[in-house]
Amino acid sequence: MISQFFVLSQRGDNIVFRDYRSDVQKGSAEIFFRKVKFWKEDGKEEAPPVFNLDGVNYFHVKVVGLLFVATTRINLSPSLALELLQRIARVIKDYLGVLNEESLRKNFVLVYELLDEVIDFGYVQTTSTEVLKSYIFNEPIVVDAARLPPLGPASLFMQGTKRMPGTAVTKSVVANEPGGRKREEIFVDIIEKISVTFSSSGYVLTSEIDGTIQMKSYLTGNPEIKLALNDDLYVGRGGVPNYGGYSGSSGSGAVILDDCNFHESVHMDNFEVDKTLSLVPPDGEFPVMNYRITQEFKPPFTVNTLIEEAGSLKAEVILKIRAEFPSNITANTVLVEMPLPACTTRVNFDLERGVVGQNADFKESQKRLEWSVKKMVGGSEHTLRAKLNFSQELHGNITKEAGPVSMTFTIPMYNPSRLEVKYLQIAKKSKTSNPYRWVRYVTQANSYVARM
Amino acid sequence: MAPPAQSQRSPSPSQPSGKGEVSDLKIQLRQLAGSRAPGTDDTKRDLFKKVISYMTIGIDVSSVFSEMVMCSATSDIVLKKMCYLYVGNYAKHNPDLALLTINFLQRDCKDEDPMIRGLALRSLCSLGVANLVEYLVGPLNSGLKDGNSYVRMVAAVGVLKLYHISVSTCLDADFPDLLKQLMLKDKDAQVVANCLTSLQEIWSLEASKSEEAARDRESLLSKPIVYYFLNRIKEFNEWAQCIVLELVSKYVPTDSEEIFDIMNLLEDRLHHANGAVVLATIKVFLHMTLSMADVHQQVYERIKAPLLTLVSSGSSEQSYAVLSHLHLLVMRAPFIFSSDYKHFYCQYNEPFYVKKLKLEMLTSVANESNTYEIVTELCEYVANVDIPMARESIRAVGKIALQQYDVNAIVDRLLQFLEMEKEHVTAETLVLVKDLLRKYPQWSHDCIAVVGNISSKNVQEPRAKAALIWMLGEYAQDMQDSPYILESLIENWEEEHSAEVRLHLLTAVIKCFFRRPPETQKALGAALAAGLADFHQDVHDRALFYYRLLTYDISVAEKIVNPPKQAVSVFADTQSSEMKDRIFDEFNSLSVVYQKPSYMFTDKEHRGPFAFSEELGNLSIDTEPADNDAVSAPRIEANDKELLLSTSEKEEILGYGTNGSAYNAPSYNSATTTGGSQGHLDLVSLDQPSTAFTNASSAMDELFGLGMPAVPGSVLLLNAKATIESNAFQQKWRQLPVSLSQDISIDPRGVAAMTNPKALAQHMQNYSMHCVASGGQAPNFKFFLFAQKAEEPSAYLVECVINSSSCKVQLKIKADDQSTSQAFSDLFQAALSKFGLS
Repeated sequence: MISQFFVLSQRGDNIVFRDYRSDVQKGSAEIFFRKVKFWKEDGKEEAPPVFNLDGVNYFHVKVVGLLFVATTRINLSPSLALELLQRIARVIKDYLGVLNEESLRKNFVLVYELLDEVIDFGYVQTTSTEVLKSYIFNEPIVVDAARLPPLGPASLFMQGTKRMPGTAVTKSVVANEPGGRKREEIFVDIIEKISVTFSSSGYVLTSEIDGTIQMKSYLTGNPEIKLALNDDLYVGRGGVPNYGGYSGSSGSGAVILDDCNFHESVHMDNFEVDKTLSLVPPDGEFPVMNYRITQEFKPPFTVNTLIEEAGSLKAEVILKIRAEFPSNITANTVLVEMPLPACTTRVNFDLERGVVGQNADFKESQKRLEWSVKKMVGGSEHTLRAKLNFSQELHGNITKEAGPVSMTFTIPMYNPSRLEVKYLQIAKKSKTSNPYRWVRYVTQANSYVARM
Repeated sequence: MAPPAQSQRSPSPSQPSGKGEVSDLKIQLRQLAGSRAPGTDDTKRDLFKKVISYMTIGIDVSSVFSEMVMCSATSDIVLKKMCYLYVGNYAKHNPDLALLTINFLQRDCKDEDPMIRGLALRSLCSLGVANLVEYLVGPLNSGLKDGNSYVRMVAAVGVLKLYHISVSTCLDADFPDLLKQLMLKDKDAQVVANCLTSLQEIWSLEASKSEEAARDRESLLSKPIVYYFLNRIKEFNEWAQCIVLELVSKYVPTDSEEIFDIMNLLEDRLHHANGAVVLATIKVFLHMTLSMADVHQQVYERIKAPLLTLVSSGSSEQSYAVLSHLHLLVMRAPFIFSSDYKHFYCQYNEPFYVKKLKLEMLTSVANESNTYEIVTELCEYVANVDIPMARESIRAVGKIALQQYDVNAIVDRLLQFLEMEKEHVTAETLVLVKDLLRKYPQWSHDCIAVVGNISSKNVQEPRAKAALIWMLGEYAQDMQDSPYILESLIENWEEEHSAEVRLHLLTAVIKCFFRRPPETQKALGAALAAGLADFHQDVHDRALFYYRLLTYDISVAEKIVNPPKQAVSVFADTQSSEMKDRIFDEFNSLSVVYQKPSYMFTDKEHRGPFAFSEELGNLSIDTEPADNDAVSAPRIEANDKELLLSTSEKEEILGYGTNGSAYNAPSYNSATTTGGSQGHLDLVSLDQPSTAFTNASSAMDELFGLGMPAVPGSVLLLNAKATIESNAFQQKWRQLPVSLSQDISIDPRGVAAMTNPKALAQHMQNYSMHCVASGGQAPNFKFFLFAQKAEEPSAYLVECVINSSSCKVQLKIKADDQSTSQAFSDLFQAALSKFGLS
């Protein structure tokens, strides 16, 4: 049972405030914001997503810099509340196309309309964009998406790649195209977030892929869809057939998911047999399937770091990154970060000659080296040399004072798990309609760390 | 500030300065009210939006109420919705104005468009004005019977809203019954779900007043109803499924076959992408299999993978909620998760609150086979630039060291931390090395060699400094410089701000003195002088104590200060097992995230639909008399302390090989003596075996006016201080089968005098049988009592119905240990028979 729901801007302004039960004081938004803001100063770090203050429980999630908050006095399921907040954000985004402070402010009447249908007297009614459509009558006022960072992992596709229609992820599910007619299309995104930890000697300590098959449908008439995945896909470590040790030794064979879960619209009657998911996609964006893989895979980047003392108050760092994927693929916005010894005062960088789109910086307040590479083609290698100056002599081992090196990156049209959508079949209603189908892959670094 | 929606008429929408603008709006609205000109609705929309935008940013626009109502005569649904929103916001505080809206809302409730009917009904019920409730009954009645599911959905919640405005109106109109009928037959799952939530809330609130409502609420947990919901579960949306699953988790199946059927039916819910559904399903599985150890363990194995998938698929907030539950399970059954330790490794970009949970899980799954790898991983975090993380990681290494038998390698690692020469690392490590030495004195040589190299100047944190000083005193004979380091610390006495450090300094220097007298004598003198002059009371007293001790007899002083020490085998666990069980009972709730049972953070009236005074009918709860909120908070605290106290006592009792059951908790005594006697009894129980105490008890009884009963010669001894929360009682009551059911007659002389249930409750308390709830009026009384074995947390639950005119008693006893339920029943009857006679 939710007592209140509100959205706060980064500065703590109330953008939307809805009170469902009137059993929590009106000033709760302010109380909440002050608590979150000063959490750090109490000697801890970030405020946890759930906390209790004077008998009121506050739940919050951060979405595109906005705080989505719910309050209650009862001992509610925290998963339910946090899941709900995330879902409300998604529904609003489905409607507005773009979710940010400006779009919320422009459309607050519509947002209130949504909130009244999503929750009644504190009880969740529905968060399905599809169901809500029949209750919602306001038209969204679309804000200009181009200059605003949109929400969600699918926003990756906005960057660069020409094959993909850039408007897709910021299109409202209800608003009509300027041309009048709605474009029939469906997007299926395979998004894989990878976590890799390399030991100081360069071998992989732990690795994991957290994947999502995300769908966003703009199809009219809710046709059924079949999504066929790899034939050699298995769920659970025990599920792999072992033909006399054949599949185990080859290494290149099956895609083995440790576990996965599905959206409620998915029918998996034939999943075991033909690895096909069938569903009638509801409107709006939703995850068809989440999966987790701990099977070994080839990390897309290798990182080599060398740090050496060079005289009493100096040291040299050499960072080398190599893209281990095919040359027809390009990684975007590669960023390498490395904490430096606390007594570092100045850093001189030596970038490779003649390269463009690279930048290196020393963030003095955080004592951190940042090296960004805008684009990196598969098979290429880049090196950064940095000379560090210290204010005092280091005692002990310099490698204990610096690192570990961490990387973030985005690699479109590449996924290390080799999970693929073999075909996407839309049950046709007429011969003339041939909706656009977009199947896109992307890999993103979650926690990509090389120890020293 | 929310700028109002775009409007050509408004040149400066971003400055809604107030009155001028509002009165402008008022005029414009009035002009439009009667207009039927084309385009009127669009203009109205703009104006309405402006009004609502002012409302959102806190400008009072209630003055345009009547104009808004006048303009609401429209068929434009967008306009209507804005009008409803506006009305809902102001009606409550302007009941007179609200009356204006009744007319058009009632009319809209009969509109041919079901959307409008539903919306109008929702608004009508949300007005929240008590003297308008009579207008709600009609529309609600027809709403519940409406042909359209949207309207019925709204009406089902509307009944609950009405209940909160006026209980009697809601009940007099028989709405709960209507809801129940609807719940059991409606085709639309959301209507059914709304009926269920409304009924749960209404009956829970009513249950404390009427036994009938309590029975009604209980009926929701009956087999036919639970099965009805289970059979329809796929029809519900994910949120309603959570509600159904929560209901099912309260259901007690009759046999294991039923349990397996339910689990098989719900199996696929574990693959749901919504974490709330998965956790609610897990709760059902865990609670149902509680009494089947093997299956329970299989459930753990089964839910591992789905939980881990949820942890890694959502946002960090969602993972936190799931991870907290995983944390709870790991703490309960670390061995099941010991091979999954790599999942609990921290990622560098995770928020601290996630990392902290993971560190705790890593420490608890560490066993012989994985400790090396876990500690290696933790050592990486220690070197981390993130200081809070480094500190937590050191503590984690320390905890692992304290729980392992083979600590060889870990001690080496800890000592390497000291060589890193980072201040926070050194400080944290010193504290740990101290604890380690208390448990493993055999490591002192290796540790002291390294600790001896640390300059006390590099240690500033009080806790760390105190630890270092403790080691200097304790191992004075092994540390060459010990007396001199202490001496220099004493010289800086004045600059030492922490009383804790000064206390340790006093103790360390006197310990050192007995080991190396010539070198320490001077320092000791200086320390005692400084201590005696100290403004801090404790420091002063300790210095004085040492001083007098030394002047009294040096050899006695040595025995007291430097007695032979035994290694500490287990450090006290901060949370009692009962508390942990309660948290487990409240799986899939905030209790798990806060790691506290709900009574510690929620008010009584907010403990959720099924959480309080369940099946206790109209009985008042004895342990928590109906007092106001102001009192309840400290009560909760006290309750909790007592809980902690009772477990620490348990440990003491084990240590002394006796039991403490033979005395009474004086909780029913008058308030003035309670505090004092409590302390007194505790002391006695610690020092004396219980037999001695029993002999001495009559004197004590007279002193406290307790009336110590002589427990008949039975082997069964009960814990006098056993406590149970009413929640936990209900939970248990539902889980356990009836092990003994008896009808007995009792001596009429005692019972006939009973005028209120309190007296008997008080009487039974003297026999260590604690009344959880009682109620009724002569001649019929009903009690729920709770007792616990003295030596183990094995509980007895009793339902006792007494008819004081016929002197018949119906007993129902449920017990953890059913073999002793007859013995307990004898004890109970013996106690009961003495009522009113002693």
